[in-house]
Amino acid sequence: MAQPASRPVFAPWNDPAAKPLIQFKSVTKKFGEFVAIDDVTIDIFAQEFFALLGPSGCGKTTLMRMLAGFERPTKGQILLDGKDLADVPPNRRETNMMFQSYALFPHLSVWENIAFGLKRSPMPKGEIGPRVEQMLKLVRLDKFARRKPHQISGGQRQRVALARSLAKAPKLLLLDEPLGALDKKLRQDTQFELMDIQEKTGTTFLIVTHDQEEAMTVASRVAVMDHGKMIQIDTPDRIYEMPNSVYVADFIGDVNIIKGNAKPTGEGRFAISWAEGQPDIAAASGAGIAAGTPVHFAIRPEKIAISADKPADRANAVKGRIEDIAYLGNISTYKVELANGAMIKAQVANDRRLARRTFSWDDMVWLSFTDTAGVILMK
Amino acid sequence: MNFRRILLIATPYAWLVALFLVPFLIVFKISLSHYAISIPPYSPVFDISAGWEGFKTFLSKLDFDNYRFLSGDDLYWKAYLSSLQIAAISTIITLVVAYPIAYGMAQANDEWRPTLMMLVILPFWTSFLIRVYSWIGILSNEGFLNQILLGLGVIDTPLAIMNTNTAVYIGIVYTYLPFMVLPIYATLEKMDGSLIEAAEDLGCTRISAFWLVTLPLSKPGVIAGCFLVFIPALGEFVIPSLLGGSQTLMIGKVLWEEFFSNRDWPVASAVAVILLVLLIIPIILFQRNEQKQREANQ
Repeated sequence: MAQPASRPVFAPWNDPAAKPLIQFKSVTKKFGEFVAIDDVTIDIFAQEFFALLGPSGCGKTTLMRMLAGFERPTKGQILLDGKDLADVPPNRRETNMMFQSYALFPHLSVWENIAFGLKRSPMPKGEIGPRVEQMLKLVRLDKFARRKPHQISGGQRQRVALARSLAKAPKLLLLDEPLGALDKKLRQDTQFELMDIQEKTGTTFLIVTHDQEEAMTVASRVAVMDHGKMIQIDTPDRIYEMPNSVYVADFIGDVNIIKGNAKPTGEGRFAISWAEGQPDIAAASGAGIAAGTPVHFAIRPEKIAISADKPADRANAVKGRIEDIAYLGNISTYKVELANGAMIKAQVANDRRLARRTFSWDDMVWLSFTDTAGVILMK
Repeated sequence: MNFRRILLIATPYAWLVALFLVPFLIVFKISLSHYAISIPPYSPVFDISAGWEGFKTFLSKLDFDNYRFLSGDDLYWKAYLSSLQIAAISTIITLVVAYPIAYGMAQANDEWRPTLMMLVILPFWTSFLIRVYSWIGILSNEGFLNQILLGLGVIDTPLAIMNTNTAVYIGIVYTYLPFMVLPIYATLEKMDGSLIEAAEDLGCTRISAFWLVTLPLSKPGVIAGCFLVFIPALGEFVIPSLLGGSQTLMIGKVLWEEFFSNRDWPVASAVAVILLVLLIIPIILFQRNEQKQREANQ
């Protein structure tokens, strides 16, 4: 179904007049000699659902802890609503954090946990009760208000932690691997719930995760980090379809990376020679690439079609033998070995029952893709 | 029935019967006897050769006279009350001294913790008696403390600490400090540090986070530590007799004098039985606290 035309696209990062809620200005954080955050500059806008994605130890948690006030930047500035946060202690920041361990107070009931922050705020006593009830309703825990954290399930604890961090209506909510402790099914449900709550409350969310699927699902923009550096900040679809580096392409989803040398063949068209006896890959790129430049060609497995005969209408087609088939239920991944020994992965949706599968092990097949299916990466 | 299981359960019970129940019954029996100038210094003595008739006459001679005597003489009640008071006050002082130590240990770097733990346990490597005696050398009129304070010009005349209740408090607090530090440290050490961060994140200052989160969560350790200090302090005998003065009235001392100075074993036994009954109350409370904590952890 088409989006209603009246609904404007939410993309303040493309609007030069928009004022960011959070600004990191060349922030560096060192622990002794170790550089945890290396000269990071980002703008995060109000009502965004911003995901920090990276492997463990990439500095994403440190970045978040600096926002919460538990760490101070070694160099650079962090601004919230244009105000420098450097000398603001955690208890005076308009941010709240949902901890990875949830950090629920074990000696307090669910109700008291959610009321904890409100009681420390200037909110009048009479308004605290209704606010807690409202939060309990939001996370659907009305019936568990009197229980202690150890008397409820992991998923419920996660929701208490969310309610507690949202209760004070912070300008920015920080979520540190919020779904890490949940099993896959519950995690997926909760992801949608998180998006729903984010939309309902209009709060800006910053989520730290190492799970790329989670980042792609929930976030309006994703920042991919590695070794304390920002590699790419973009919308999930652009991160996936137009990664700016081999690192991002490889980190997000499945990808075939082919090393070769590019030479221009026309307006924005290139041929990549990559192996003896294999045809050059025809690819498109907006960048001006000089002839003979070493490049990486990245193509997602689902963009590669698999067929018994050579398709006439595709820009690229290579022949190979099916080495392995991984059946994942909804899709199957075929590992195809080319004549030169290169291994290419192709993914096909299983729109038929398994018994009627067209290809089997050791079949000779043609892999084909269009010239715009992949991207040329310089680094 | 599983023989191994019975053996496993029977072993601790056998120990309890042999080392607690049997001696207690003997003491209890003596407390029902009468003082006599003989060996042993009480009567009646159960004569096994007299058979069943002898046992019956033996039983008929036992009575509660000693307990009646104890309730009539206010020395004993005052001693019990004074012991309760000294034990309670010492426990509170020990808690106040021990909590910051335990807190500091729990905050210390991982590599420092075993060393700090060692330092807390270190005094146990020397005999308890020697350590109490060495306090005499510190606290007496010519002791280190007075000499240092006189030398510094802080005081003109020596402080009379020795042979007062103050010295007893110092002795008890010093001796039982590790029993308070260790359980509190154990609860603080396993506490999740992110709880404090969460409290600060939700608007607490460092101090209010301590009052609202750290302190309530360390309650089990505090309770365990208080019992571990209070129970032995209540029956303490060595510290009041070495450091205390004539006005220091503690039931442990009374008990000792009754046994060894008066040689009135029946009265002394009655004192001991009442002390045990007094101690059973806090011990049961302690057990219930432990039980509750174990259930909460499940």
